[in-house]
Amino acid sequence: MPVMLWTDALVWFLMATVIVFILYARRREHLSAPWRRVLTSSAAMASAVTLGGFLCIGLIDSIHYRESLGAVKGDGKQAYAVEVLSGLDWMLSDLRKRQEKTYSAPFALHLFQKESLERPDGKIVRVYPRLHHAGKHLQDENELTGDIAWRFASGIVSGSAVAIALVMLGICWIARHAAAPYGAMLTAIMSGATQVRWRPAFLALWVLLIGVGLAASLAPHYHVLGTDKVGQDVLYQALKSIRTALVIGTITTLVTLPLGVLLGIAAGYFKGWIDDIITYVYTTINSIPSVLLIAASVLLMQGYIERNAELFQTTAERADIRLLLLCVILGLTSWTGLARLLRGESLKLRELEYIQAAHALGVTHLRTITRHILPNTMHIVLIALVMEFSSLVLAEAVLSYIGVGVDPTMISFGTMINTARLEMGREPMVWWSLSAAFSFMVILVLAANLFADAVRDAFDPRNAMGRVAAGGTKA
Amino acid sequence: MTDAALVVTNLRTAIAGANETIHAVDGIDLSISPGQTFAIVGESGCGKSMTALSIMRLLPDAARIIDGTVAVDGTDVLALPEAAMRNIRGRRVAMIFQEPATSLNPVLTVGRQIEEVLARHLGLQGPPARARAIELLEAVGLPDAASRIDDYAFQLSGGMKQRVMIAIALAGDPNVIVADEPTTALDVTIQAQVLDLLKAMQTKRGTAMLLITHDLGVVAAMAHRVAVMYAGEIVETGERAAFFARPSHPYSRKLFEALPGTAPRGTPLSVIPGQVPSLATAFVGCRFADRCDLVHERCRQAAPGWSSLSPGHTVRCFAVEAGTKPPVRAVALPAAVSAAAAGKPNASPLLEVRDLVVHFPIRKGVLKRTVGHVRAVDGVSLTIQRGQTLALVGESGCGKTTVGKAIVRLVAPTAGRLSINGVDLTNLGGSALRERRADFQIIFQDPFASLNPRMRIEDLLMEGMLTLGVLDNHASRSKRIDQLLDQVGLPKVSRGRYPHEFSGGQRQRIAIARALAVNPKLIICDEPTSALDVSVQAQILNVFAELQRELGVAYLFITHNLAVVEYLAHRVAVMYLGRIVEEGEAASVLHAPKHPYTQLLLSAVPRLDGMTRRGEIIGESPSPIAPPPGCHFHPRCIHARDICRGSYPPAVVVAGDATHRAACFGYE
Repeated sequence: MPVMLWTDALVWFLMATVIVFILYARRREHLSAPWRRVLTSSAAMASAVTLGGFLCIGLIDSIHYRESLGAVKGDGKQAYAVEVLSGLDWMLSDLRKRQEKTYSAPFALHLFQKESLERPDGKIVRVYPRLHHAGKHLQDENELTGDIAWRFASGIVSGSAVAIALVMLGICWIARHAAAPYGAMLTAIMSGATQVRWRPAFLALWVLLIGVGLAASLAPHYHVLGTDKVGQDVLYQALKSIRTALVIGTITTLVTLPLGVLLGIAAGYFKGWIDDIITYVYTTINSIPSVLLIAASVLLMQGYIERNAELFQTTAERADIRLLLLCVILGLTSWTGLARLLRGESLKLRELEYIQAAHALGVTHLRTITRHILPNTMHIVLIALVMEFSSLVLAEAVLSYIGVGVDPTMISFGTMINTARLEMGREPMVWWSLSAAFSFMVILVLAANLFADAVRDAFDPRNAMGRVAAGGTKA
Repeated sequence: MTDAALVVTNLRTAIAGANETIHAVDGIDLSISPGQTFAIVGESGCGKSMTALSIMRLLPDAARIIDGTVAVDGTDVLALPEAAMRNIRGRRVAMIFQEPATSLNPVLTVGRQIEEVLARHLGLQGPPARARAIELLEAVGLPDAASRIDDYAFQLSGGMKQRVMIAIALAGDPNVIVADEPTTALDVTIQAQVLDLLKAMQTKRGTAMLLITHDLGVVAAMAHRVAVMYAGEIVETGERAAFFARPSHPYSRKLFEALPGTAPRGTPLSVIPGQVPSLATAFVGCRFADRCDLVHERCRQAAPGWSSLSPGHTVRCFAVEAGTKPPVRAVALPAAVSAAAAGKPNASPLLEVRDLVVHFPIRKGVLKRTVGHVRAVDGVSLTIQRGQTLALVGESGCGKTTVGKAIVRLVAPTAGRLSINGVDLTNLGGSALRERRADFQIIFQDPFASLNPRMRIEDLLMEGMLTLGVLDNHASRSKRIDQLLDQVGLPKVSRGRYPHEFSGGQRQRIAIARALAVNPKLIICDEPTSALDVSVQAQILNVFAELQRELGVAYLFITHNLAVVEYLAHRVAVMYLGRIVEEGEAASVLHAPKHPYTQLLLSAVPRLDGMTRRGEIIGESPSPIAPPPGCHFHPRCIHARDICRGSYPPAVVVAGDATHRAACFGYE
């Protein structure tokens, strides 16, 4: 039975909006030109591919269903499992189900701590017990290194093979699009001479696919990133966390956007008492420490959810509504930056002569805002959104860490870090949970930041000129 | 010429573009002797400023000098390392920039900025430096220099800032001054003062000056030698007198013909077809060939060399080489006062403004209490007849733009009455006002800011028709757009394009079409040509004149350019500090001005014959926050009497013609 969670609906809605915008912008020169400039940045292309990989995982993780139990209940209806699963859970069902007892290090064959075992001869010994799932196919534990090396190599080879195939197909498509011979396009891309930076994109794709290949060849047989306290595979957790981060990053902007845009433009455009009120509101919000404000709101929300537990059929639904409300709360407290930027821009724009000409033509305020002000502030909105994304992903981690973030049952970078922190003082240290969360998050946020940087450069008219000039000098 | 202060030979500067190299300066030769002024004149995009920056070696990063020498007192500055160049800049060659508002550092006092130069180049520090700075400020005519030296830029008016800039340029006692459009941003009376100052300084110190300007009037007033620049090269050079008597390159002649004021009213101004070619082109023939009336085969095949007309007067043109003597320039005669232009005073006027007042409150403090008013418009009465043009003339800050905006109700009038076509608009608001908006439209100064960059031309033109309900279906509106584009002289294919694809002049045409789209009876034109080059200005003025003939639309033409007034206006109103001081038929006001302010304004315009002599121009416009008591003009008036200080003079008929009135006690 397919389950549509609230956040799923919003994520897919957002995807649809982006696709519609791309189709719309393709035919409009002033909208597509800066985006084409984004494509000429190596960093942007590489990070876009990386982000694309993360996005794919997030989207697969946003298709939810409840498994049929096979049995038919008394009232003739099909019975379904209580657990809500996602497309990613299905793809990784091996990883999900192969739970160990507790901590184990990456590629380990034994648990991380000693347990008392009863020998067949009745003697009780304290040993590191063998893991239930890792390396089960090995006849002898000494084969471990060789087996890992072999699987490692085959992972790289298969990943590269897929990458090469994809790149070939991609170049075919580009060559057809540009009506250029395949060979010429291949040499152009390989020497990095194309306007659109395909080479870094293909390199990033290659690295990404090697990662996928390694995971595909190693993960079914070992816990590549170890297991956590309850024996769950850390790789699985890290992959699941991606969706949470993406949801927080994107849906929050859905909340921020209307507030920031409407209030910001209204303040700048109307001036007078409207401006006074809006400025007053956002200065007040800004002067309260945001963590305090968010914590207070989250606790209120938590209380409400607990009092009305009967509203939610499954724990997944409850966790999801909590995630959504967290997005709303984050959005409600973070619109001020965008509003302030837009207020300044509208203050400038409203004095421009084309706005005055619109007034002289009797254009209504609403129409002036939507036709004249909004399109001319869109670049600021875009830049602010892309920049905001990474800070929101980080904010989630911080909030979950202090316990006011997502539901504890929902896997996120924040919850991973939160549980891992308890084991940091342990000797020997349990480092893999934290470092997995850390590296996944760094890659995601770094890619987002690099991309945001390229977007900002491309939309800055002065920079665009500078780049043209600099490019010319090179040529 | 070994004694020349500045010698430039074969200077070439290229700017690296994305796919092409722009040859902004393409082989310039010039030399200036001490005490001489060499003027480079040309339209924007000709490479004038790049020439100046190349000489100073202050080029932007993408540009570089690829060939040539620049010798200052015999030293080739292009060969010097940057560290040595710093000893040249300010000491041997100084520069005066166009925009005084941005050329001074806002967080340093004026004195500090002059002392900086003194310390760097003359080693003067402390009290001697300060004393020298005061001396310099006195020399450039800054009143009360000893106390002004501690002022910041924001405390000075535009004219004073430019005087300070000149003081800074003179501080290192340079041998050469490069002045890049030094008076373009200034009002005409201030321009006259600054030009006088530059001239006096030059005579006193024997400095050589390279003057870069687009204004032939300024050239006539200042230059000893003139060079006309076109598309990166000099096309004509000569002594001032010879050049003005017989401009010989077709481009130079066109520049003169395009000036309003040289053609009689009612005849279209001469225009130069097309635009300055892109400097990225690899030129084969004459660069002006595509726009030249006299073009023939040879011009397209080879670049013309220099041919001499008279000693020192040389031209790059095959026509001159072939021996065709260009005609001596006809000096324009003042347009005769035509009786027909007097209009029909009895007919009910299209626009009637009575005692219009617009005050902007100045608010201070937490509670935003009103502590004073900017009296932008302080009792203005105007009438415009159907199909006529009234020019509203005055310097910046006199409130002329506010009058225009108040008439189209972009700012709310504080008091007074305002009726268009017999309908009182003063108290209309909301939808009632919106209904009437089709009657009056406005065109702005800056063609780059007046079109929404995110809208296509057809959407821009459609917007007014949609909101004001002009025509009832899409097909007829669409047809109307074609018609409008045709009327303003743009091709029909422009409708699908975005504003950034058009040049300044074309954008202004689009702005005119947008105003015309709703069939207005009155168009307020707020300095519509002051941001344009003279040849483009001529095109736009022709469009205005033609539309008036065809459609009978009336204009309120707000401008500071008196030549434009002479060409276009039927009547003129002169404004000073929020009030109209003189009003009458254009010819009558411009050729027999009665009010001392009008006389001052007219005498300050640099004339092409360079022969103007005028009385000294005193002071600058006072602030409209606290206008002087009595007649606002009395502090600057040489005829001021006691009565002028006491009360504001009423407007009186000053000439036989009953429509020429001036507000001055001198005519009571």
